[in-house]
Amino acid sequence: MLATALGSPAAFGQSQFAFIRGNAFEAKVKADGGTELLRLLSERLGGGAEAPAGATVPDLTAAGPEGRAARTALALREATAAGGWALLDHPMLALEVAGSPAYLEPDAVVVHPDGTWTVVEIKSFPMIDSSADAAKVGAAARQSAVYVLALERIAAVTEGAEVGHRVLLVCPKDFSNLPTASVVDVRKQRAVTRRQLTRLTRVEDIAAALPEGTTFDPGCSAEDLGAAVEAVPAAYAPECLAACELAFHCRAKARAEGAVESLGRSVRGELGGLTTVAGVLAAAAGKEGDPADPTVAALRRAAALRAEALESVSGRVPCP
Amino acid sequence: MSLISTLARLEAVDSGRAQPLATVRHRHLTDRPLVLVPLTTAGEAGAPLGALVGTDREAPRLLSVAQPRDRDLRFAFLAELAEAVLPHIESYADAVEPAARKETDPETGKKVDVEVELCTDAAQLIVPSRAGVEFVRLLGRSMRFRRTVEDDPDTPYPAPARVPLLGRWLTHYGERARVPGSSLLLATTDLLNRHWATGQSSLEDQHLGALLAWVDPPGGGSGAEAALRAELERDRAGQLVCPPAGPATDPAFDNKLLAPAIERFDRARTALATAQDGPDFDTRLGEQSDAERAIRSLLAGVLLPTWDAVWRSLDLLRELPEGARAEDRWTRDRWSFTGHRDRVRAGEPPQPRRDDAVTAAQKLASRETAQAQLDAQEALDDPLVMAGRRLAGEAFVGEVAEVQMAYSESKRPSPRPLVTVRTAERPHLGERTKVYRSLDGDPGRSQTAEFVEYASEDPDDGTVCLVLRITDRMGRGKEPAPGSVPEPGDRIAWTLFEHDQRGGPKLPDPENTPWTHGGPPGSGGGQAEQPDSVTAEDLL
Repeated sequence: MLATALGSPAAFGQSQFAFIRGNAFEAKVKADGGTELLRLLSERLGGGAEAPAGATVPDLTAAGPEGRAARTALALREATAAGGWALLDHPMLALEVAGSPAYLEPDAVVVHPDGTWTVVEIKSFPMIDSSADAAKVGAAARQSAVYVLALERIAAVTEGAEVGHRVLLVCPKDFSNLPTASVVDVRKQRAVTRRQLTRLTRVEDIAAALPEGTTFDPGCSAEDLGAAVEAVPAAYAPECLAACELAFHCRAKARAEGAVESLGRSVRGELGGLTTVAGVLAAAAGKEGDPADPTVAALRRAAALRAEALESVSGRVPCP
Repeated sequence: MSLISTLARLEAVDSGRAQPLATVRHRHLTDRPLVLVPLTTAGEAGAPLGALVGTDREAPRLLSVAQPRDRDLRFAFLAELAEAVLPHIESYADAVEPAARKETDPETGKKVDVEVELCTDAAQLIVPSRAGVEFVRLLGRSMRFRRTVEDDPDTPYPAPARVPLLGRWLTHYGERARVPGSSLLLATTDLLNRHWATGQSSLEDQHLGALLAWVDPPGGGSGAEAALRAELERDRAGQLVCPPAGPATDPAFDNKLLAPAIERFDRARTALATAQDGPDFDTRLGEQSDAERAIRSLLAGVLLPTWDAVWRSLDLLRELPEGARAEDRWTRDRWSFTGHRDRVRAGEPPQPRRDDAVTAAQKLASRETAQAQLDAQEALDDPLVMAGRRLAGEAFVGEVAEVQMAYSESKRPSPRPLVTVRTAERPHLGERTKVYRSLDGDPGRSQTAEFVEYASEDPDDGTVCLVLRITDRMGRGKEPAPGSVPEPGDRIAWTLFEHDQRGGPKLPDPENTPWTHGGPPGSGGGQAEQPDSVTAEDLL
């Protein structure tokens, strides 16, 4: 909404075909009290043990996210104390992010009789010949790592509980809707996320640095909003486009400023202290910059070589 | 990205137009490429939605699936795709020329020339984007293990006759596309990105509409603005003016236009199934075909802009003269095409799901060689690419200042002339580093020299003199053959990389590969690949 009000709407959204397909697949995996899910779990994580005949599926309904999170924590404690198999369907977990609570909803969490908790992530992208798209698996692993972190907070105050660092990723097999599963070790992603969470600036600190009366109400005028968004520093890189609603706004700003990052993070690394397009081109043309600076020297050599090469074939290259 | 292409991108930002990254075309384009613009259903693996296919830009063939989740309709689509693609491929399979190939004679163990057939040309397939190349692979994978009624009368849900064959060909094309420099299956975005630098990031360059807007802005305006419009502009109904090049569709298109149309088709089909004979049946049949036509026109609406963009890109690329060595790489593609044709004709089973260790190692080695070869050939064909190598210290251009005759110290002294070269560049030369130059009149031959020493440095204009010793290609006599030694005043480009890259030592045959590396016993093959397990329901 904010992005639309700023005049740079983001093209996000999910196709209802993908949505329906994802839900249908998840329902299929969890059907019959999770029999199929538990079979896959014991096949991949059970070490040859026989699949459990069934699991208790505690009721997790409660009012509001706080209520559901409390209900989930209670259900986890009860299931661990009971020492049997339990399947928590869409539990609610709370995790503190930058000083404010964020509520997370994993697809499922399984409690083992020995007190281990395993995160189950059900995705609708296919696993073809036992391998899936690496980028999508990576995203799923990062997502699961956050769930594992949130579960660890509860496990710390639950006797006999331990959170498994291996999560179960369930996907459709090949081109069918039959489920297959793979174990993903998320220790690395967990460590990265934990480190990033501790380094995040607290939301209050960001808010405190803002001028008095700053508001992000989409009802305000585009200029007011622009100024408000401007007040929060952001480092745009093209990768933002895939993840953030405000990316198109940041990109327009970065381009208007002539920031070289709008061409990619690696470009910035190559150009050392030169940060604007105009600055780089002036340095390359010999109008600005210190010739003793290795970046400037390399740029001038590059410009000279490029000009020489284009000259040598001039007339032959159709310039679009 | 090298500094020189970064500079080109910055120039593009500054000028608002794409800037050349190459002065020749580095990929071969055939006279009659087959363009395929596929669309897939969101969230489904291998459920195509539609496609435009054809060799004539004025007459694309539209294939569509009215309900992508219906197995029968999908099979009908694939059968139609096979009818559109296979005749094109097969039209190249029979035009052959004799060629010689070295093979080891099993009795004597010696290398002998064997005369074989080589297709004079190969069928080229062009898709809009890299995701399209992946989709071709995926389609190939989804089809090649299918069974037809002829293969196995008891198979559940038999596939139409030619579908598995199409699967094998698409798999081959998808696999070949992973070889650097190959041109059997090309993505239009890759082609444009190879030859022009835009003022946006390489991530944004994957959008064919935006990329083409930079290279060839409509009406000759600013490429940057045109690219932004191509990326984001929507009409009153909220639909993108420049639809994505696929195979994924825009979610707004799916939700607002396609889903209602498919729903209407489903209703019409259910109504038709329950209809009685007579006029009622005819009306409902009419309703169903109306609904189907509506879906087809929706798909055509989002496919045609991409179709035109692909052909427009091909036009732009054809304006560049083809690089001298691109033909050589195309010959390898023809060998690859002929090889697959022979395997299909010999009745070999489809490509396995996973390569065995020996095949995988061979593929990897050949791709590494192809990459080295591509890097060298592109630089030799194109001064602009060579400029990048010169900047990196992997090549240099210098003027010959002095030539001094010298001889090797052996019983029969051979000429080893010392050439002093003056250059303003700073190549990475170490003791006895080998450098190479092309010999005039024969692009396939290169002369080798080795670096001896730095002779002098001129701090005023920043040039250095360096001494090279020529070591070959001077004939057998005591005096070097005429024209084989550079003369003072010659301006010569020397490279630190070999011009003709050869692969490393050949890998042993599978039967001689030790078991530690995937060879015998029980090496591969053996068990035939089983068809995929299928969803029991008719709908996915």
